[in-house]
Amino acid sequence: MMKQQELNKGDNNVNTTTTEPTATEMKKDSAYVVNNLNLWYGEDQALIDVNLDIKKNEVTAIIGPSGCGKSTFIKTLNRMVELVPSVRTNGEILYHGRNIFDRGYRVEDLRTSVGMVFQQPNPFPKSVYDNVAYGPRTHGIKNKKVLDEIVERSLRGAAIWDEVKDRLNENAYGLSGGQQQRLCIARTLAIEPDVILMDEPTSALDPISTLKVEELVQELKEQYSIIIVTHNMQQAARVSDKTAFFLNGEVVEFDVTDKIFSNPSDKRTEDYISGRFG
Amino acid sequence: MALPNSEFKNRKNLMNRETVSQQIKRRLRLNEFFKYVFLAGLVFALLVLSTLIYDVISKGGGWVDLDFLRNFPSRRPEDAGLYPALIGSLWLMLLIVPMVFIIGVGAAIYLEEYAPKNRMTSFIEVNISNLAGVPSIVFGLLGLTIFVRVMELGNSIMAGALTLGLMSLPIVIVASQESLRAVKMELRHASLALGASKWQTTFNVVLPSALPGIITGIILAVSRAIGETAPLIMVGAATFISTTPSSVLSDFTALPIQIYNWTSRPQAEFQNLAAAGIIVLMTMLITMNSVAIYIRNKYTNRH
Ligand SMILES: Nc1ncnc2c1ncn2[C@@H]1O[C@H](COP(=O)(O)OP(=O)(O)O)[C@@H](O)[C@H]1O
Ligand SMILES: [Mg+2]
Repeated sequence: MMKQQELNKGDNNVNTTTTEPTATEMKKDSAYVVNNLNLWYGEDQALIDVNLDIKKNEVTAIIGPSGCGKSTFIKTLNRMVELVPSVRTNGEILYHGRNIFDRGYRVEDLRTSVGMVFQQPNPFPKSVYDNVAYGPRTHGIKNKKVLDEIVERSLRGAAIWDEVKDRLNENAYGLSGGQQQRLCIARTLAIEPDVILMDEPTSALDPISTLKVEELVQELKEQYSIIIVTHNMQQAARVSDKTAFFLNGEVVEFDVTDKIFSNPSDKRTEDYISGRFG
Repeated sequence: MALPNSEFKNRKNLMNRETVSQQIKRRLRLNEFFKYVFLAGLVFALLVLSTLIYDVISKGGGWVDLDFLRNFPSRRPEDAGLYPALIGSLWLMLLIVPMVFIIGVGAAIYLEEYAPKNRMTSFIEVNISNLAGVPSIVFGLLGLTIFVRVMELGNSIMAGALTLGLMSLPIVIVASQESLRAVKMELRHASLALGASKWQTTFNVVLPSALPGIITGIILAVSRAIGETAPLIMVGAATFISTTPSSVLSDFTALPIQIYNWTSRPQAEFQNLAAAGIIVLMTMLITMNSVAIYIRNKYTNRH
């Protein structure tokens, strides 16, 4: 694992020295600028030359058939993908102008300002309160008053406060799937991130819970940049401002969502959104 | 769905319903047969166990009283008790539990959470499992050489505790590893994605979830160790002492040693004393196992 990470950093260092100026070129309104990102699982390349400019305070949807690298890509944005020991990357991902692969860029810092919501709701087997307070406590907040405030604000932000305010001390496993997912969103809001990554956050939920999460995404984009993976094209069309279409590890097309769904410029995009494959 | 191979399109009736039906009848009979074989196994085990318990209680039941727990061993059976042995066993337990907890759980955490998954790690894991199967007398010999002689601890409680602790470690490590492995990966991811470090994740999320299994493993391993005689004989636990231990470096005796000592005497009364000692030891072990079961049930219901 260690060796692998050293290797990654090595790869990227070579790259940063040659592409140094991009940091200054980066536009102020970008959350992420991805330049020539390649990623391998062992010998298998899962991301090929990905280039994307992801804007702040927008919802960016990632669509594509399963196995095309959507999860891999989104997990690269907070470097969770490195938990797979065989992973190797090159290229750069500028987050707020800094390459997240730089030696000395601590993943803990990155993940404190980039939250993540997973496909399966994964609350801790702790109380509702402790779930939300986990992040702030991890980062050293001990004051009960402050924690109370963070917990309430996060739960309100995730539109679940009214449902759980009387059961803050009950185990989160007692909540329904949809509530658990919104609790996980609240848990992410509690660390006050700038970006929220969501990997198919509604694929395990019923239609009503899905709707609630979608409405929530709309509200959250006022304050956060949201990148959402979805296999559901109606969802992408409903919630996102921009859409990136991935196919076999490559970005086929990245554009304004309306354009992608009404007038795609690539034949493969058109085939995919019209349901001809996937 | 079209069949890929056209040959399968034509049924050849290779399966004769008549013979299959016969077959099923035979297999069901076999099924029935094995049910009774297994039932017989259970009944046999219970029979042996209850005979043993009956034998022990009928011989020793009358001898267990407060004096038996409070008195020192004596040449006169009616005065004899197992106080020093009881205290010795409690001392051992008190030393073994923190020892195996810290070292065993530490090793398990390293192997499961930190160690790279390579050949070296799996080599170490296989050998730890193998150690769990090494006869206890071998650990006794090791304890005699290292703790008693090289480290010059003498025939002390510490030497005994280290030996029994070493013997329990493989079981504790394997049980802890299994509990850690059973903690869902998603929980680790949730914590790491919030910016927690690996240690914070392990300590605040993984360990609490794995703890019931770990504690169960420790209690089972330690209760096995407390019932061991051979390694204690090797490290020289005294069979007769006239004082209770005052420190971890004192000479000591333990319940199994005392029982062993009584059984080796010719008089019938001492046989009964041995049975009474067994009742005390078994009560202790059953209590510990009940605690283990209680902990497991209490905490597994939470999830
Ligand atoms: N942990 C892994 N180890 C090896 N290969 C993986 C791993 N995770 C994903 N892959 C491979 O990477 C490719 C992209 O997978 P993924 O990002 O999960 O796709 P998606 O989320 O779009 O369905 C697939 O071919 C998959 O087999
Ligand atoms: Mg996926």
